[in-house]
Amino acid sequence: MSSTQLETQKPKIETDLREIAQDIVGRVVAGGATAAECVVREGDEFSTLVRMGQVETLKESGSKSIGVRVFFGQRAASTYSSDFSRAGLDRMVKSALELAKITSEDPFGGIPEASQLGALSGDLDLYHEDVYSLPGADRIDYARRAEKAALDFDPRIKNSEGGSFDAATGHKVLANSHGFVGEYRRSYCSVAAVPIAQTEAGAMQRDYWYSVARTLSKLDAPEKVGKIAAERTLRRLGARKAKTARVPVVFDPMVSTSILEHIFEGVNGDSVYRGASFLAGKLGQKIAGDNVNIIDDGTIVGGFGTSPFDGEGVPTRRTVVVENGVLKSYLLNTYTAKKLGLQTTGNASRGLAGTPGIGPGTYFLQPSAKTAKELIGGINEGLYVTEFLGQGVNLVTGDYSRGASGLWISGGEFAYPVEEITVAGNLKELFFNISEIANDLEFRGSVAAPTIRVDGLTVGGE
Amino acid sequence: MDKQRFFFEHYGLTENDLERYLSAALSAGGDYADLYFEYLSSTSLMVDESMVKSASQGISAGCGVRVVSGERTGYAYTDDLSADRILYAARTAALIARAPAKATVAGFQKAAARSLYPVTLPSVDAEISAKVELVMRGDKAARAYDPRIQEVRASYADELRNILVVGSDGTFAEDSQPLARMNVSCIAKTEGNSARGSSGGGGRVALDFFFGEKTPEFFAKESARQAILQLDAREAPAGEMEVVLGPGWPGVLLHEAVGHGLEADFNRKKTSAFAGLIGKRVASEKCTVVDNGTMPWRRGSLNVDDEGEPTQETVLIENGILKGYLSDKLSSRLMGISDTGNGRRESYEHIPMPRMTNTYMLAGQDDPGDIIRSVKRGIYAVNFGGGQVDITNGKFVFSASEAYMIEDGQITAPIKGATLIGNGPDVLTRVSMVGNDLKLDEGVGTCGKDGQAVPVGVGIPTLKIDRLTVGGTARKDPGGFMQ
Repeated sequence: MSSTQLETQKPKIETDLREIAQDIVGRVVAGGATAAECVVREGDEFSTLVRMGQVETLKESGSKSIGVRVFFGQRAASTYSSDFSRAGLDRMVKSALELAKITSEDPFGGIPEASQLGALSGDLDLYHEDVYSLPGADRIDYARRAEKAALDFDPRIKNSEGGSFDAATGHKVLANSHGFVGEYRRSYCSVAAVPIAQTEAGAMQRDYWYSVARTLSKLDAPEKVGKIAAERTLRRLGARKAKTARVPVVFDPMVSTSILEHIFEGVNGDSVYRGASFLAGKLGQKIAGDNVNIIDDGTIVGGFGTSPFDGEGVPTRRTVVVENGVLKSYLLNTYTAKKLGLQTTGNASRGLAGTPGIGPGTYFLQPSAKTAKELIGGINEGLYVTEFLGQGVNLVTGDYSRGASGLWISGGEFAYPVEEITVAGNLKELFFNISEIANDLEFRGSVAAPTIRVDGLTVGGE
Repeated sequence: MDKQRFFFEHYGLTENDLERYLSAALSAGGDYADLYFEYLSSTSLMVDESMVKSASQGISAGCGVRVVSGERTGYAYTDDLSADRILYAARTAALIARAPAKATVAGFQKAAARSLYPVTLPSVDAEISAKVELVMRGDKAARAYDPRIQEVRASYADELRNILVVGSDGTFAEDSQPLARMNVSCIAKTEGNSARGSSGGGGRVALDFFFGEKTPEFFAKESARQAILQLDAREAPAGEMEVVLGPGWPGVLLHEAVGHGLEADFNRKKTSAFAGLIGKRVASEKCTVVDNGTMPWRRGSLNVDDEGEPTQETVLIENGILKGYLSDKLSSRLMGISDTGNGRRESYEHIPMPRMTNTYMLAGQDDPGDIIRSVKRGIYAVNFGGGQVDITNGKFVFSASEAYMIEDGQITAPIKGATLIGNGPDVLTRVSMVGNDLKLDEGVGTCGKDGQAVPVGVGIPTLKIDRLTVGGTARKDPGGFMQ
């Protein structure tokens, strides 16, 4: 590709998003709302996919949107728009005021108290313009290099879903009727490869690897990403089914995060107050073995789950969720905290519309001392899971049954790849059966966990 | 439905403007360019703890510009429909091509008018009070079903999507696509035990659908019934066994096991386990599977796809033989196959690709009762959560949320939810009986691919699969061993 640089001048955005957000709050309050909150989001995205050495897609765009949540006493409603014209914003304000008439009085409704609002100070290192600094041709080259490294790694890698490079920036502004106004920007870039390997008989397997960072300077070299993707794909070749058995199951860090996510859903205040979680009512009780320590931290400098304030304008914080197996805290927003007679943990997440949900900061399982190799070395017969398929988790009952593929462990070593199997149990027991935790914690997203061993699960196969 | 002229009236667009934007898109060459204008308005309501806790409304509008050059696609979009913004997006998308400017066609050919969802008043414009009544009734009916039903959430959501698609090949299509859905989920609780149930449905229907055909009480009772039933569920078995799927929503099997693997893009790139199997046997001769985007009122139906092509009924598998793929414009051109009208996208921010519409298996000859009676020991699965597939190795899962043991030809105890896992290219070869009771789902399916969600439908008659792996936890099982 000779030149793919943007030659056209982007039309300039003149408006100040803070002013718009504050103005909307002012207008709904003038219209009779007793409290209000407005969010404005603006983002740019770039993505490119190179497949078999050729550019397949190139996408570049930006967009912005606005949402407002109003309260009339304890009745709430929300509206949103992608249309920032005067008419578009007028309509959004008008319909919010009308919509609030039809909702119910909810004694726990409302925005946070003024005293709860605020933002972390200092540079949180979340935004780097360099994610867009690469010239167009170099961005494509990142994707191409990642794919090439995978294709060149082994002759059995004959096909590919491609190499990709993505970059995005987001700008968020939140204002409310207590006078709070805050904003932050975050950036992100990633490089990935998805190779396909084939046996002589023609059976195919695909796997992937990626690197993601807030700054280009911390992104792994595309060659490294492509090589790991190739290794992960090759080790799946020749997979067979396993016999139905109850054996130790080791979760690769790429899938052990899913266990952590189930705990997150279980301590999510929304499912707790409804009694829709198998962890509801377990505060202060043992929910896992002594070796399990789980932290949610929205304040880590440069972290994937970091922001200066949450979706309601409450400063983020560090919360110990599980300490030595004891459930120490639920994760809450203002509404669910009030329902449970507790304080918000600054975990409100907010989309454009609807009531705020609950989202993690950087949420992780603390590592132990053993290496993953040592952990696997201690297993005579067992399963090492590298990928789950489907959902199959019931958070009300804790019933757990998922499709899986991975590697069979025999005599403490990987013996052969396995696929078309299931892993089943119940989460209530599963957390107590996390018998070992390795030392390989790595932050590759807002949820992170090391390799873990779980006993007592049923592997379903032949 | 005649031409809506929505974008012409609301944004003052003219055909001249459209030609100008397409010319900008092809200013650096390219084989094809198109513009997708979208104006989406939506409403949603939820009742929880018998209170209407949330109500929201919103508007999202924009235009996506695509330029195709060989196998390359350039894409850009704008949420501002002013001329300078669309031209900027067009010039950005144009950067994918590297050739002299290409002339765009003069004059558009308008797609033949079709009317699969002729609502007079789109539900999104209907009185909000009627929608409030629906969710309140759903809540009430679920609570009235049984005192053990203790948590109920009833939700209602609708949208109206106005689209205009124009292409440099003369494509010109407008459509106004309503979509409405209601859902009731509940939790049943007893001393030390709880279980959940969920039921919902809808389609490209007007609000009166929920006051006549499928009422809130219908969904509420079904949801409550499932939750109560699950209170007594026992552990599901583990290992390979006979599986009978009930009619309707269990058709998610077809969606995962064969549907995705037959999307043309994966086969063009030879990344699907089905690549090269056209004309080969992939199912027992009792199986005929179609994808049909032309069913009136259905959630997965469309008058035209998101590339402006009329949808159709496409035979995927006929009497067990693989017949064809689901294609969009790009794959049909590159593969030399016909465009089946399956080019879909989530929104103007997304590049279209081959997607399913309503995918189902035609009814067979067997009596559903005979199918159950033929099973010595297996499971009967009638409701599912979702599923997933790895199209490259063909392995797929779908998770049963309501299932029973079959013992000596009789349906016995309900069992806990379990994931079923199989291999797409051969699971249907093990279908030994096909019921005469084809049913489509209630209108709840949403399919995800490459991060894009689109509404779809599925359906099957009662089916017997001779061997499928069931992911339960029960200890004693024939054939398996336990350590």
